[in-house]
Amino acid sequence: MRVAVRSCTATRVYLIEADLDRLQIERIATALLTDPITEEWNIDAGESVPGSSVVEVHPLPGVMDPVALSVRSSIVELLGLDHAVPIEVATGWRYDLRMAEPEHGRSIGAGVDDAAADLAARLLANPVIHRVVRGPFQPVTFPRVVPHEHSVVHISVRGLDDAGLNRLSRDGHLFLSLDEMRAIRDEYRRIGRDPTDVELETLAQTWSEHCVHKTLKSTVVYRDTEGQSGISKDVLKWRGRPGHTLNADGSVTIHNLLKSTVAAATHELISEGVDWTLSVFNDNSGVIAFDDQTAVCIKVETHNHPSAIEPYGGAATGAGGCIRDVIGTGLGARPIANTDVFCVAHPGQWEERTGWTRTERQRFAQGVDPWFCESDGPAALPPGTLHPRRVLTQVVAGVRDYGNRMGIPTISGAVSFDNRYIGNPLVFCGCIGVMPRNRVKGCVQRGDLIVALGGRTGRDGIHGATFSSAELEHTAADEFSHAVQIGNAITEKRVLDAILRARDDQPEPLYSGLTDCGAGGFSSAVGELGKSVGAVVHLERAPLKYPGLSYTEVWISEAQERMVLSVPSSNLCALERICAEEGVELAVLGEFRAPEGSTADNPDLQLLFKGIEVGRLSMRFLHDGIPTPHREALWSQKQSVESEPSPVRAAGNSSRSSHRGSAAAAAPSIREALPRLLGHPNIASKHWIVQQYDHEVRGASVIKPLVGPAGRGPGDASVICPVAGASRGLAVACGLQTPLGDPGIGGDPYAMTLAAIDECVRNLVCVGADPDRVAILDNFCWPSCKKPENLGSLVRAAEGCYDGAKAYRAPFVSGKDSLNNQLTLTHDDGTSTTIEIPPTLLITGIAIVPDVARCVTMDVKRPGSLLAVVSGSPRFAADDLYLWGTIYAQVFGCGGDCECPQTVVDLKSGPAAARAMHRLISGGLVRSAHDVSEGGLLVALAEMLIAGSTSDSPIGAVLDDDMGDSAVWFAEPASTYVLEIEDAAIVRQNVRTIVESTPGLHFRVIGRSNDSGMLTLGRSEWSVGSLTKSWREPLDW
Amino acid sequence: MNRTPRATVIRAPGTNCDAEMCRAFELAGASVRLVHIDRLIERPSTLEDADLIGFPGGFSYGDDIASGRILAARLRDRLYASLRKAAERGVPMIGACNGFQVLVQVGLLPGPASGEQWPQSAAPAQRCALTHNQTGRFIDRWVRVRIEASTVCVWTRGLHDGWSDQSMMLPIAHGEGRFVAESPDLLASLRQAGQVAIRYAEPVNGSDDDIAGICDLTGRIFGLMPHPERYLDWRLHPFWTRLDEAGRSGRREPPGLLMFRNAVAAAAEVAVS
Repeated sequence: MRVAVRSCTATRVYLIEADLDRLQIERIATALLTDPITEEWNIDAGESVPGSSVVEVHPLPGVMDPVALSVRSSIVELLGLDHAVPIEVATGWRYDLRMAEPEHGRSIGAGVDDAAADLAARLLANPVIHRVVRGPFQPVTFPRVVPHEHSVVHISVRGLDDAGLNRLSRDGHLFLSLDEMRAIRDEYRRIGRDPTDVELETLAQTWSEHCVHKTLKSTVVYRDTEGQSGISKDVLKWRGRPGHTLNADGSVTIHNLLKSTVAAATHELISEGVDWTLSVFNDNSGVIAFDDQTAVCIKVETHNHPSAIEPYGGAATGAGGCIRDVIGTGLGARPIANTDVFCVAHPGQWEERTGWTRTERQRFAQGVDPWFCESDGPAALPPGTLHPRRVLTQVVAGVRDYGNRMGIPTISGAVSFDNRYIGNPLVFCGCIGVMPRNRVKGCVQRGDLIVALGGRTGRDGIHGATFSSAELEHTAADEFSHAVQIGNAITEKRVLDAILRARDDQPEPLYSGLTDCGAGGFSSAVGELGKSVGAVVHLERAPLKYPGLSYTEVWISEAQERMVLSVPSSNLCALERICAEEGVELAVLGEFRAPEGSTADNPDLQLLFKGIEVGRLSMRFLHDGIPTPHREALWSQKQSVESEPSPVRAAGNSSRSSHRGSAAAAAPSIREALPRLLGHPNIASKHWIVQQYDHEVRGASVIKPLVGPAGRGPGDASVICPVAGASRGLAVACGLQTPLGDPGIGGDPYAMTLAAIDECVRNLVCVGADPDRVAILDNFCWPSCKKPENLGSLVRAAEGCYDGAKAYRAPFVSGKDSLNNQLTLTHDDGTSTTIEIPPTLLITGIAIVPDVARCVTMDVKRPGSLLAVVSGSPRFAADDLYLWGTIYAQVFGCGGDCECPQTVVDLKSGPAAARAMHRLISGGLVRSAHDVSEGGLLVALAEMLIAGSTSDSPIGAVLDDDMGDSAVWFAEPASTYVLEIEDAAIVRQNVRTIVESTPGLHFRVIGRSNDSGMLTLGRSEWSVGSLTKSWREPLDW
Repeated sequence: MNRTPRATVIRAPGTNCDAEMCRAFELAGASVRLVHIDRLIERPSTLEDADLIGFPGGFSYGDDIASGRILAARLRDRLYASLRKAAERGVPMIGACNGFQVLVQVGLLPGPASGEQWPQSAAPAQRCALTHNQTGRFIDRWVRVRIEASTVCVWTRGLHDGWSDQSMMLPIAHGEGRFVAESPDLLASLRQAGQVAIRYAEPVNGSDDDIAGICDLTGRIFGLMPHPERYLDWRLHPFWTRLDEAGRSGRREPPGLLMFRNAVAAAAEVAVS
């Protein structure tokens, strides 16, 4: 039944269980819970609004409810109660929904309440964390957890055969491979006993893909389906790579993929003289020098699977976890900026209907198109998935609430839309921190206390590390709801305040090392810190949210906002004082030392619960016992030739063509094409998101995400000043070029990776950053790499990381991978559909801006300037541009002009273009600069005008119409920039000298700005106002 | 005054604009002490030597229940007497964003009407509110503002003219910033008494009368939703890259910093007299 809501009244509900009299309750209502000017209050459930259905939404028991905690402590203080007085608070929302009659006028009677409850369940609640109650919710009492005794459980593995080991791995949610299970069995056979439950869990957490990146560290045998000839003809040159062996049969063996590609580039650059990295790959974030005294660090994480199930909590805790990574770097860093990138399905192309019809099953049998044809109408959401609009709205809210509350500006990001992210959205959260250079490294000392700070431990987030390493199935929401976490940013803010005081209030920090509790909880944090010295942990000492947790739950819970510190016992008192002053809970869990029965050079991890040993693992086995997996990777050069060449889709063509489809109808005119492209969701303005983030807090954001006189322009990179008052800045940007690696259109992840690095560098350079001081990060999000074809594409991306980093002299300093991003749907008839995401590599970059006073933004500044292109793309120079892989091709197709290019980025002229641009910008020769990316040159120019023109001072431009056809204007060439330059004299005297002294660079003046407020290209003309509308409206939610 | 005025900036869990407010006071010539609310409650006398008091922005106590609610409730209950004495001594106070939300709920703004005194024992009743933006959404952007020529506010002294539209801007970042007065009468009396210090010069959040900030009758207690402490340097202006030096701030220091300079100067006058 479809019903509309006519009106809705929302009421905050506070359930308070305590022995209070009426006066006290009224005092709570007036002095604490309501505003006398704007709100009303009721004790007990008020009358419903006439004609309305009442629905209440409350968190499920055990779900983090930060407001309830605050209300509780405020009531205690307000009424002067004793802290031990039993008082419990829960909060919820009440909605009085007045539903409209259905169209045909018949009364829907009792159906109204059903409809209201259904609506609330779908839109106002998430069954994973909420319960929906019809009518006022007045429970007699709160649910109580009944504590029970836990005894040590041993799990027999020594007698298990392969089938048994596999079953144990799956049923116990361990997600370990057969080889790993065998290694565990053999170890326990060796020591002559079976593991306890907590030992097995510890191994599963520590050995999870999420924690050890075993795919990226595996030995990979890579084959081209063309064999020797494929390898030798490849644009990717296989000879001479570190850690690679070329085999006689034409295959390539790569020993430790990560070490031989991403990390190898960094280490080679360091040995070649890049002397400003301070800590790479071995801490919670990567650290580089900022100036002589200060270092900056950066980490980017994904939180995809939790966000698929509960987008708000998933994204918020993703942000929170990444922030803790920065806090837990070295001896502690202060977070100063956040970044966020989201990949979701197109919101307009899906609708909430239940279940897939047979037609839809057929439609998606071969996979899901990146972008449906509008005439097909929206498809039903796959079962168990959330609508992409809801996903996006809520992940934005999650990142917003966490970052804003922590007081960290969210300054950089992107959103990319592709229908294959349905059910498996990608949520990348990044954080940048600042720290003194003498605090970059910590070192746990034998005998230090294991100290836990921050939030209490509950059942939330159990199995997060193993869950994130699993493939999503549509039953995931039921099976893994315990993996969902809700954050409490203020708890983390308190922890941050306490840690920075413990670091800075005295000459030396009060602790010798620290790390955050992320995936795997205490098990990973203590296991990591105690790796070389051992640890003795008393699990009953961890403060709990509620009683009843088993020792295993305490050990692996991923409850948020917790840090683990190693503290010399002489410093404990001082640390306790600081924590008490900052309102941070502290617990001493044990000691970092080799427990009795193990030696200092081969220490154990010992787990005790109420004095009884419940687990003991050799640190050596825990950290080094994981067998190195051998993986097969397969690549087919042919796939890029054989499959249909492009995402051909003609405007108005009703056949569902997309990337496997038919040839294009007549291409649209340029005049028609530009507004359509500006309205494409990947290009359209994201101000709706950006303005919800506080990107100004700390008062150090000198180049903000939105630039220009009306705050409309999509800046290439943001710039912050990490050191107050200093003229040196830090630019932050990203690169994302998913279509170029898309297997659906015959893309090559090698080219995609180079293009993403190039784009990231260009974005940084465009605001004034120094291209010789760029540090980058990789975040691989891939479909299952157990499939050789997917691992093949991952290998190519990793090789691209090596070549790109070397060519741009931009070291990778940190990274993360998420390698199981696909959704498998099992249908009623037993068939199944797997939707793989397109291989997605996010490159995030930070770079030094030598003097922020020299920064440039992308908004056109004045009428009468010259508009010019600088390009390091040989194709641009040769007028040999292609539309393959562009947004234009996605929208309009590209007819016969659709060769998948062999090379995308020139590794000589690309970096040279970046350096030339930096000379132009730092020399003050450029009024504005923008990179040519999604949508191409004409979109870049339109964006510059949209950013710079206002109704009071309009700016327009006339462009040369002899530049060529659509390909020139809509191609997305690498290494290409648009500049605004004051006049021809500057071009003649300065610009040409710099550009022409750089081999491989192409320079061309393509037009001139004026005060018309119109963009003119030959006979095509657009008002900047109308282009602004096309660009801002689609996502103006 | 022959000593540097001393500013006390009060923080609570979730306060997050304290560093920039401290910096603003320092650049304006004050020495600064950052104090946790719990320490103040333990020793209210700490406020006795404060020449200036700052309530910074952020999300005090997570803005749980409502923006600034819990911090305001604690201040009313535990520190009103000390704050009243400071007000009576003429100590300039500022609440920006969350700080403004707190000052309004404590009752320090709009303060006693003409001819009236601060109530002795309990904090004044709340008379205006900062509630959810009309759009229902948190918003961060720079907005054009207008300093009222008629205001008695000492923080905005001399700032009402001589600025281009482009330079008199301040950043806002709030979800609950819509100013609502308890009655049209209150609004009229605020206007008449020169207590409306700063207004939005463009549609922002649906505030009554476009009010962005108000002060008490003495002009010394000042609250506003925009963040002057985020505009201490012309390079923080949202489009400084397209303004020449004259356009940036007319060769003056940015208005955000000048507000703090005014207050520090006013604090010095009090100490002298």
